[in-house]
Amino acid sequence: MRQYGVFIRKEFKHIFRDKRSLIILFALPIAQILIFGFALTNEIKNTHIAVIDMAHDAASQSLTDRLEASRYFELTGDIHSVADADAALLADKIKMAIVIPADFNNSLMHGHASQVQLITDATDPNTATTLQLYASAIIRDFQSDINDQFKLPYSLHTEVRMMYNPQLKGAYLFVPGVMGMILLLISAMMTSIAIVREKEINTMEIILASPLRPIVLILSKAVPYIVISMVNVTTILLIGVFILGLPVAGNIFLLIGVCLLFILTAIALGLMISNIIDSQQTAMFISLMGLMLPTLILSGFMFPIENMPVPMQVLSNIVPTKWFFIIVKDVMIKGLGFASIWREVLILAGMTAFFLFVSYRKFKIRLA
Amino acid sequence: MSAVIVEHITKTFNKGKIKALDNVSFSVQEGELFGLIGPDGAGKTSLFRILTTLWLADSGKAEVKGLDVVQDYKAIRKRIGYMPGKFSLYQDLTVEENLSFFATLFNTTIRENYDLVKDIYVQLEPFKDRKAGKLSGGMKQKLALCCALIHKPDVLFLDEPTTGVDPVSRKEFWEMLRRLQSRITIIVSTPYMDEATLCDRIALMQDGRIMQLDTPEGIVRSFNDTLLSIRGNDMFGLIGAIRALPEISGCYAFGESLHVRFPADAWTETGLRSALEQFSGLVIEPITPGIEDCFMALIEPHAAH
Repeated sequence: MRQYGVFIRKEFKHIFRDKRSLIILFALPIAQILIFGFALTNEIKNTHIAVIDMAHDAASQSLTDRLEASRYFELTGDIHSVADADAALLADKIKMAIVIPADFNNSLMHGHASQVQLITDATDPNTATTLQLYASAIIRDFQSDINDQFKLPYSLHTEVRMMYNPQLKGAYLFVPGVMGMILLLISAMMTSIAIVREKEINTMEIILASPLRPIVLILSKAVPYIVISMVNVTTILLIGVFILGLPVAGNIFLLIGVCLLFILTAIALGLMISNIIDSQQTAMFISLMGLMLPTLILSGFMFPIENMPVPMQVLSNIVPTKWFFIIVKDVMIKGLGFASIWREVLILAGMTAFFLFVSYRKFKIRLA
Repeated sequence: MSAVIVEHITKTFNKGKIKALDNVSFSVQEGELFGLIGPDGAGKTSLFRILTTLWLADSGKAEVKGLDVVQDYKAIRKRIGYMPGKFSLYQDLTVEENLSFFATLFNTTIRENYDLVKDIYVQLEPFKDRKAGKLSGGMKQKLALCCALIHKPDVLFLDEPTTGVDPVSRKEFWEMLRRLQSRITIIVSTPYMDEATLCDRIALMQDGRIMQLDTPEGIVRSFNDTLLSIRGNDMFGLIGAIRALPEISGCYAFGESLHVRFPADAWTETGLRSALEQFSGLVIEPITPGIEDCFMALIEPHAAH
């Protein structure tokens, strides 16, 4: 027991005496969560658009007012023709132009039909679609208000309700995703580097030539990173709830429990990497390229897995972050209990057991 | 009783292409200070790694304290101290933290075995809060020796402990080894021939083989040739001229002069002097051979083939 104590304290000393480790361990997670939370958001907010009003009548003014009042759009005033709008789109001054035809009010009131044209910059298809949806919704609102005045028969309404995230906040998606990525990277990368470093600075040679049981070495390497990762989980959750306005809809203890499980998965993965790899650089490279890319692409947090080709969908199953992402979304945002996430928890537990088994079998009792 | 027995150990790399150790056999007595002397690549480190159970030999057998290095590796690891050739302490930990870590590694404490390392540690004590990475070369090696000793090993393996250390520290280091020797069997390797005379027995190694194994005196005694030290104004011309003479078995630069070796009946001093009369400032002196001369005598016929 005394050995564990001394070894764990030694590991903490290594971490706290190295500025780079400290930055990676504590500053990076906070920076990432804030960057993803605020800067890299795909929400539509105050997007510049132009309204080309060719009618200049009561109806067109009323529609323009509604567009202006929405917090999604910011109207750019000095564009008055389709040609101007085209130039502004090209110059990236606006993202969308809305053309209201001449004689708008009249055709709406007497011809019973009118058209509004939406021109969007589709170089970014996601944004274009979202903008067009938001604008259509406002126009639909406008129309239904007119219809109310005249009490038209046979009308069909859609009643939309965005569940669990009524304000469509990007943070609801990013926080669980970034949390999974950070925990996986830090726990797996730092653990593997910590063990590989012993090989690189030759201390492994003395440690191997001593009666120390490998399990003591491995556990004392893992414990500090479990503690640090739990600190990071707490920080990320606090930032998520108090700065980014996320709910914790489910049981907080269940949430912390699954985070701990995921940290163990990541550390077991790090141990496995370190038992196969001999240099810090390779360990870092494998952790970054081999873990970060699949995590970004295949965990479902940036790109929906359902839309991917079947081989990619199959491949995504071996990415631990995918399961963690599902669990955190379910518990934190949807407020589900253990009964609905036991399958994902079991998968993560199985992965952890597998990684530990491989590292145990691969642990070399001699130098290569 | 022998503390270490090595029998026909062979170790190869690259699927047999490179022979690190070629059928090496020797034994080390209890309480002996045994030296492995040879240049880089002679196979000293390979031998250490096999004896410290870190590598497996391709063939052959080795025992440390009567324990087999393959089967009983766990038992051996409790009883040996090992100081690898490359510096292998934690540079970001202080002197005291390093020592206490290595004590814990062997399930002991600094206090328990303080008497064994006391002589060395008193020199380190003033720097005990300094990071190991900030120590001088000599101090680093003394700390590494302390760390290898702190668990009172029965056999101590030191792989080139004085490489890169200044002459004064080297001398101090060897004095420490002589003092420890009464209690511990020590096997030490070094590329420095002058350190060889400080060992009880030495093995001269080259290309994975032991060329000769004896006490330093015995090795010098077995040197049968005549050895002369020759100096002149044109050293470069001299070395060529001497090597061109018949029956010269060795001629190499040694400090400021040349050491010239030949069978005792081949040349006389005057005969050699007249053969080299075209060189000015010629100084010829008979000398007694050192370990390095013996080593050169051993490897030269070998290198000629």
